[in-house]
Amino acid sequence: MKRTLAIFVFALLVMATGDLHAQPPSKDGFVPVDQLGTQEQLPATPLVAAAYGVAWGAVLVYVWTIWRRLARVEREIAEVSRRIAAGTRR
Amino acid sequence: MSKVFAPLLVVCGAMFFYAPFLIVGAPYEATMGLVQKIFYFHVPSAMTLFLSAFVAGIASAIFLFAGRPAADRVAAAAAEIAVVLGIIVLVSGPLWARKAWGVWWQWDARLTSTLVMWLVFQSYLLLRRYGGPGSERLAAAVAIFGAALVPFVYWSVNLWRTVHPNTNVVPTLAPSMRGPFWFCVAAFLCLYVLLLTLRTALESRRSELDALYLALED
Amino acid sequence: MSFMAAVALVVRKDLVIETRSREVVYTALLFAVSCVLVFAFGFVNEGRADPAAAAAILWIAIAFSGTLALGRIFDRERQNETMRALLLAPVARPAIYVGKLAGVLSLLLMVQAIVVPLVALWFQAELFRHASLVIALLATGSLGYAAVGTLFAAMLARTRGRGALLPVLLYPVTIPVIIAGVKGTVALLQAEPNLAIARAWLMMLIAFDAVFITLALWIFEPAMAE
Repeated sequence: MKRTLAIFVFALLVMATGDLHAQPPSKDGFVPVDQLGTQEQLPATPLVAAAYGVAWGAVLVYVWTIWRRLARVEREIAEVSRRIAAGTRR
Repeated sequence: MSKVFAPLLVVCGAMFFYAPFLIVGAPYEATMGLVQKIFYFHVPSAMTLFLSAFVAGIASAIFLFAGRPAADRVAAAAAEIAVVLGIIVLVSGPLWARKAWGVWWQWDARLTSTLVMWLVFQSYLLLRRYGGPGSERLAAAVAIFGAALVPFVYWSVNLWRTVHPNTNVVPTLAPSMRGPFWFCVAAFLCLYVLLLTLRTALESRRSELDALYLALED
Repeated sequence: MSFMAAVALVVRKDLVIETRSREVVYTALLFAVSCVLVFAFGFVNEGRADPAAAAAILWIAIAFSGTLALGRIFDRERQNETMRALLLAPVARPAIYVGKLAGVLSLLLMVQAIVVPLVALWFQAELFRHASLVIALLATGSLGYAAVGTLFAAMLARTRGRGALLPVLLYPVTIPVIIAGVKGTVALLQAEPNLAIARAWLMMLIAFDAVFITLALWIFEPAMAE
């Protein structure tokens, strides 16, 4: 169980690097009116980057919290099982 | 569980690795430019949020009416994932809105109703954590009401004239945008199934632990 | 025992208790009036206030005093362990729910009978201009709020859960009802009242009531099982 979880987290990290390999945008199909030149426009890149960052971050942090909680529960199960076994031996 | 888990994990990983290529290759939207790229995971995560809310509601109904404790565990997992997905939707949306509408937030129909639905499932989590023994049924009732809000959220943009894009956007997407979009939807569905399986497994282990504690006291 | 007879019995029981002690009516009423007073100091400028503020305050006072009333009503049941006695009675469970709902609703309407004129007075709000629509909005809104509130409060009384959780659970689910009520009331309080919008929100409230009451009736029986 823990092993699959570790593989899952590792796979997510690998996926995250996929973003770094993306190619620059191609110019076929719709080419928009180029308004990005004017200085009054809000730069979109930090917003897009932040949005993607938050989405990846939320999923990764969530998976990490599941891992931590699972580890704690597994530890407690082992502990309680040990105590039960010790108790029944008496 | 583990027989399906590993291949699904590989598929999901591959999809999320490939998705950025597709998203970058998709054409720019005419009026919004680069910031519209947020659409490719804002809408799929919203769709998965609705799905998770439904799963939580239906599982809660099964728990209440058929008395199956496994359904309660699935409901708890689905509710927690709904909260996480809600965070993604409610953060990526304003980041997009800041550029597209000029404001971070608007009290329009869909934003308000999505926020309300997120709060309902947040209160579900609070109840499960601090409610004490016997609060599972009440939590199930809360989840059912939360799931009942989903159609309200979905149709709210059609009922009131609002600045939020209405539900006609997806069916009328440009063909070259459809591919990346539906790919991302499939990737999110994959991810959702994985997360739900993991989180339900945690709940199962917790109830095993509870049973062990009870056995210890004997 | 027929359904309506059971409902009538439950309502009568609560009414008799309440008439003797008047505890919940007085506390809920005083709380609602204090709420409105505090907001009046904040929002009323030289005797006039924004119609949106008046509508909002009215519904907030209803929501807050409703939570208080629900808490007190079911605390009483929990303290005297009468909840279990009620559930053991050989009547259909939904009848118990409807009886409790009727009691809570009549309490809310009693509080509103005092609070609405007060808001109209202190906020200079023209609440009686389209009285029938205002009454319809308040009635349907209170019904939706009370429907969910009765269910949740009853379930909380069954568990050993703290009553402080009631607002946490109730407010998110009933926010759509409150929003609809406020927006409908605002449409009526404006200088040029918009009856069409108010009626649209009233339809919305009726839809909410139908869904919430159906869900609550459906859920009450299995939820209260031990």
